[in-house]
Amino acid sequence: MWAFIHKLGSPKWFYAISAKLQPWFWVAAAVLLVVGSVWALAFAPADYQQGNSFRIMYVHVPAAFLAQSIFISMAVAGLVYMVWKIKVADMAAAVMAPLGAAMTFISLFSGAVWGVPTWGTWWMWDARLTSMLILLFLYLGVIALRGAFSSRDSASRAASVLAMVGVINIPIIKYSVDWWYTLHQPATFSITSRPSMPMEMWLPLLIMVLGFYCFFIALTLMRTRSEILRRESSKRWVQELVEERG
Amino acid sequence: MLEDPRGLRHLPIEEAPGNLSDALLAMVKRDLTLMLRHRGEVLNPLVFFALVITLFPIGISPDPALLTVIAPGLLWVAALLAALLSLDSLFRSDYDDGCLEQLLLAPQPLAALSLAKVAVHWLLTGLPLALMAPLLGVMLALPAGSYGVLALSLALGTASLSLIGAIGAALTVGLARGGVLLSLLVLPLYIPVLIFGAGAVQAAIMGDGVLAHLAILGALLAVGLILAPWAIAASLRISING
Repeated sequence: MWAFIHKLGSPKWFYAISAKLQPWFWVAAAVLLVVGSVWALAFAPADYQQGNSFRIMYVHVPAAFLAQSIFISMAVAGLVYMVWKIKVADMAAAVMAPLGAAMTFISLFSGAVWGVPTWGTWWMWDARLTSMLILLFLYLGVIALRGAFSSRDSASRAASVLAMVGVINIPIIKYSVDWWYTLHQPATFSITSRPSMPMEMWLPLLIMVLGFYCFFIALTLMRTRSEILRRESSKRWVQELVEERG
Repeated sequence: MLEDPRGLRHLPIEEAPGNLSDALLAMVKRDLTLMLRHRGEVLNPLVFFALVITLFPIGISPDPALLTVIAPGLLWVAALLAALLSLDSLFRSDYDDGCLEQLLLAPQPLAALSLAKVAVHWLLTGLPLALMAPLLGVMLALPAGSYGVLALSLALGTASLSLIGAIGAALTVGLARGGVLLSLLVLPLYIPVLIFGAGAVQAAIMGDGVLAHLAILGALLAVGLILAPWAIAASLRISING
């Protein structure tokens, strides 16, 4: 087990093992996303209240799940990098940040689009929406901080610290915004109290969520691989690899 | 004395000059003296606070009924921005003249020393802001019973703001133009404090219990006191080495 973790820390070994893993995640993502979206868009029954507009949920919910999971993964990768100085962890954190920001944006945007038919407005200062908006700002801060340093090592460590500080803030924001909203304004709408969903609606959602996660893992592996090649370009094994491929 | 195989002599930790409390006291004294010699830096956030508050009745409406409703949020947001304004200078001059490197080399833990710096920062920005806020509250037609809560919530809350802000200041002190980046990093982290701070004042206006809000502000401060010094110390090390 420990030997496995140690090996995982070596960029060369990670490059090799991810080459084998990557296709499986791409295939899984493709199958799950195709099956899930066809089922969700064509076969799932229309909602008795919202008609067909509820189908935005099949993009919105997985994106919102991922937006939060990616931030947590980024903070964990930052911790691993700070404690054990494992370079691959930082490379993964670096490529995850824009992905997470994109997922947060997608969930905010799809939420706004969904809001028009159901709530009659693009934006509400609802607890959920507000904490997602703040999550987007946290992502942008991490990305901007990483870009601001000229030395790569400082950039990596600064971004790791900020990701760890930010992840403490996420549950605080989530609950504080809940209280802030419910204490002073009556909750007119809430996306949290979903009507109990029938199985035909819930299963495609589960498939879509799994598909999004596989897509994220595949994309992170792919981007980490190119980040490894970029950062390790002076190493001999990378140069040999390039010569081999011609 | 310990003998090193390389022939170097090491001072045991006990013999390191000055214990922790001496070092902290010296740190607080030094920072207070330095800050009080630059009165402008202490006064600027206060003037900024008053100015921003003045803008709202001009920009929105001088109607006292409307102002009462928005006053808690306005006062808190303006105080938060004023505190943010003073952050950039927290480590800047020490970084420029090399004092920060000496702090890193000092035998005392850097986390404790940075906590002393943050304490001085709060004494000279957060506390004056809290004391000044009731005066501006009068101008915003805040009802009489809420001044104490306003000052207390700001005094508690700005301490958390100083702690959180110091992490951002430490991360950006090595960057030439860290000012805008600093606000991007720090403002999202300020939001919980803002929510409960403004919530306390709002509860006081509406005659609800304020204790819950103040207790949560205190809890945030306690968590900040435990965790922030380590993050500040780690960030300072990154900025110095980078």
